[in-house]
Amino acid sequence: MKVIKIDKNKWTKGLDTARESYQLFGPVKIKENHCFAPLKRDQQPDMTVVDTVLSPKSTVFPQTEKLMTATLDTSKPNHHLMERADTDYSPRAVIGIRPFDARAIDLVKLNFDTKDHRDPYWCDAHDATTFVGLAVNTPSQFDFSTSMDSGPFDEKGLDVLLVDMDTGYLAKILTPKGEAFMACAGFNREATAGDLQKMEELKKAAEQAITTQVETDNLREKSLLDLHQAPFWDDVAFSCINCGTCTFVCPTCWCFDIQDETKGNNTTRFRNWDSCMSPLFTLHGSGHNPRGEKTQRVRQRFMHKLKYFLDKYDQGTMCVGCGRCVKSCPVNIDIREVCNVMNAYEPQK
Amino acid sequence: MNNPYMPYPVRIDDIEVATEDRSLKTFTFTFLNPEDEAAFDHKAGQFAMLSIPGKGEIPIGIASSPTEKGFVKFTVFRTGVVTTALHNMAVGDIMGIRGPMGNWYPWETLKGKNLVIIGGGFAFTTLRASIVYMLDPANRDNFGNIDVVYGARSPGMLLYREELFEWEKRDDINMHITVDGCDDPSWAYNVGFVPTIVEQKAPKADEDTFAIVCGPPIMIKFTQPALQSLGYGDNQIIMSLENRMKCGIGMCGRCNIGKELVCKDGPVFTLEDLNKTPREY
Amino acid sequence: MESYIEQIRTLAVDLLKSGKVDVVIGYRRGSVPMATVPFMARTPEQAKQLTWDSHCTLNLANYLTNRQEKIGIIAKGCDSRNIVNHIVENKINRDQLHIIGVPCKGMVNPKELQTLLDDEIISCAETGSTLTIASSQAEIKIEREDHLRNNCSLCTHRNPVIYDDLVGEAVEEPVLDDPFKDVNAIEAMDADEKWNYFDDLLDGCIRCYACRNACPLCYCPTCFVDESDPQWVGKGQNDTDIKTFHFLRAFHCAGRCTDCGACEAACPMDIHVRAFTRKLIKDSKELFGWEAGMDISKRPPLDTFAPDDPNDFIK
Repeated sequence: MKVIKIDKNKWTKGLDTARESYQLFGPVKIKENHCFAPLKRDQQPDMTVVDTVLSPKSTVFPQTEKLMTATLDTSKPNHHLMERADTDYSPRAVIGIRPFDARAIDLVKLNFDTKDHRDPYWCDAHDATTFVGLAVNTPSQFDFSTSMDSGPFDEKGLDVLLVDMDTGYLAKILTPKGEAFMACAGFNREATAGDLQKMEELKKAAEQAITTQVETDNLREKSLLDLHQAPFWDDVAFSCINCGTCTFVCPTCWCFDIQDETKGNNTTRFRNWDSCMSPLFTLHGSGHNPRGEKTQRVRQRFMHKLKYFLDKYDQGTMCVGCGRCVKSCPVNIDIREVCNVMNAYEPQK
Repeated sequence: MNNPYMPYPVRIDDIEVATEDRSLKTFTFTFLNPEDEAAFDHKAGQFAMLSIPGKGEIPIGIASSPTEKGFVKFTVFRTGVVTTALHNMAVGDIMGIRGPMGNWYPWETLKGKNLVIIGGGFAFTTLRASIVYMLDPANRDNFGNIDVVYGARSPGMLLYREELFEWEKRDDINMHITVDGCDDPSWAYNVGFVPTIVEQKAPKADEDTFAIVCGPPIMIKFTQPALQSLGYGDNQIIMSLENRMKCGIGMCGRCNIGKELVCKDGPVFTLEDLNKTPREY
Repeated sequence: MESYIEQIRTLAVDLLKSGKVDVVIGYRRGSVPMATVPFMARTPEQAKQLTWDSHCTLNLANYLTNRQEKIGIIAKGCDSRNIVNHIVENKINRDQLHIIGVPCKGMVNPKELQTLLDDEIISCAETGSTLTIASSQAEIKIEREDHLRNNCSLCTHRNPVIYDDLVGEAVEEPVLDDPFKDVNAIEAMDADEKWNYFDDLLDGCIRCYACRNACPLCYCPTCFVDESDPQWVGKGQNDTDIKTFHFLRAFHCAGRCTDCGACEAACPMDIHVRAFTRKLIKDSKELFGWEAGMDISKRPPLDTFAPDDPNDFIK
């Protein structure tokens, strides 16, 4: 596996070269917070921010995404016939995506790219994207990625893993897509054995800096129904105000709504991020709601992440330990605590 | 890449008011493109998304049998935005259908078996598809006895009335039509709730008999013990569920009952399957 | 603070032991620095987890809506005013409640505290009026009063307006020279400036509805944004739809908002949503001489008619 060394004073020029062939996305400051957004021509990604408020899932799964359009004008021959929305899927690269977020995109792929159907919007965006990740040298107190089959230097889902070496980056090229991006940016100086050793040291130090240990080892063998019927859900859910913050900031929450909007004779079918925290999410036309109570919705979120997904795909939990929900939850509901409680739960026989 | 969100364009060819209160209408659609009709190759028990540009989509069970060619049929209760828009549409209007979606009644397992079909209210659509399918001369020999218990509030609320009365006359299907109540002295069929009629008229279970149940939650709740008292095991009771859906292809995340998705892993489940889920429906 | 915590726990334990209430709603310590968790103690043992500090930023009246039990509830000034709203609007009965009033010294703004240190804050402790915040690299002491949330720095009702027990002594109510400086500044803008101001204000809103859900006033069974028939507002990230949500939500709070700041405390995107409700608070005061949630015998002005109504249109 090739590792390239990039001088920081050549970084910007390299990115500018890459911009000729790729649309770049990266962490930028919007008001007081960092989010991933398409980079404007003269805008540089902020490579210092460890956890953007929102994950970069929007780069392949925009919060509002046009799916189809149609005209309702009956004088047109194609009236009421849906056509796929015209979206640009030319090559793009997400710069500075953190390993846990790339791992998340890899997990979400299991939902959108299945043997029965491929979601063409998500898959086309994913296919068009090169993920140029950035290792986390100094994990935040919220980071528990090492407990969730990821980690500060995790390579899953990435095309390139950059490591900040202070004066420069080391770039570990992981896929042909990653190789093409680095070549396009003109980065080609091979790293030395000494660099590689330093990188290993940083990796070890970063992994050790994560002190939160979340237990997941028993989740697989626990009975789904036992966990669902466990008595602790009311207490977990009491403080929840049922906002969608956790689901919106989460890199693995993929649920969506589909909506039609019409202006004049032009109608558009969109999808929007949706949230299992909202009662509307499951409301039947009859008024019946299978998850009408707050506790049922809170339980759904944790069960989906930590049990249903695990049982369904056998690819670990649907949580990558980024810690965003812990940090953003207005009432401090902490998935680390909930996961430990689930993992330790023994039903009273 | 095939786009599973893209509806097949269809034209409304016929609209029939299905119940006396006009809350249900049966729509017959033909595909604008013949190749779409070939692609829309469904089995009885599946559903599809009816797709009205500008209004949205709604999952509805397919009421026509795969043996009925040249059209597809849906009976739709008017309740929300999309169904209201659909009720206001006219013959000749263009809209879309996505599907077929979900699984179907387990026809492979049911081959050579006796069947009791139990339906209530307007949840008789995929049951109609199933009956027409089984009664097709090419298929009838594949099944043993067929019993049907179907009930509605009143005679005028029964769906597919002409067909029901036609089936009554046949000797290769035992019909047990019932209504909750009736003022009409000429009503020649049963009066009583579906679970009661099931207890009285449905065949006792043996290992070669299966029940398919579709209906409102209250009917399902009370039919279950009735079937159990007749000896039906949980693996012999087959049910079709509904949940709120948007994508219909297992991606949008809302219709799950535990790890199963009603749209993709269902809508058809045996009671045995359902007992393993949190039953959030 | 320490004495507050002791008294809160003692009162809560007594209430639960004596059976005067079934539950006590308060705050417990969070799992991360500068966080508390709204918490319901069902037993005297659980009541020992109740706490109080400068991070009790959510409004506990939000947890009362339509509850049936007898409830003990911890209430600072703003919570108490929202409890009054809840009683007036029939969301809870006064005789279901035992209110443990807490004279409030203001809550701090954690995002502002974070700017005081280069690295992330990993601990925050308080003694009296002093907070000690620390990162892995540094530790500093600050005065609570210097870093209050914006709404707390503008608050003139720190003492609960309704209570059954009061924890500690009532605090002195601040007198402000110009409580609506911020609103006046927006009113003074010309149309373009206002347009740009509100454009920028809502930039970044993700419509998670945390502001709405944290708000004790927002208890509608179906919020207008969730109605489908008619659908009042689109659901995508369209500027107009986002604005419509915020404008209408604010108007719905007119004459009811106590400026408790729960909306801003909950917002993950740091949107200053109080810019809307503050204007309505000012108008309520100027047009109707009204402050929300002060008196359980009075309904909010937009909810009533009086013959001496200052507006002509209604006569």
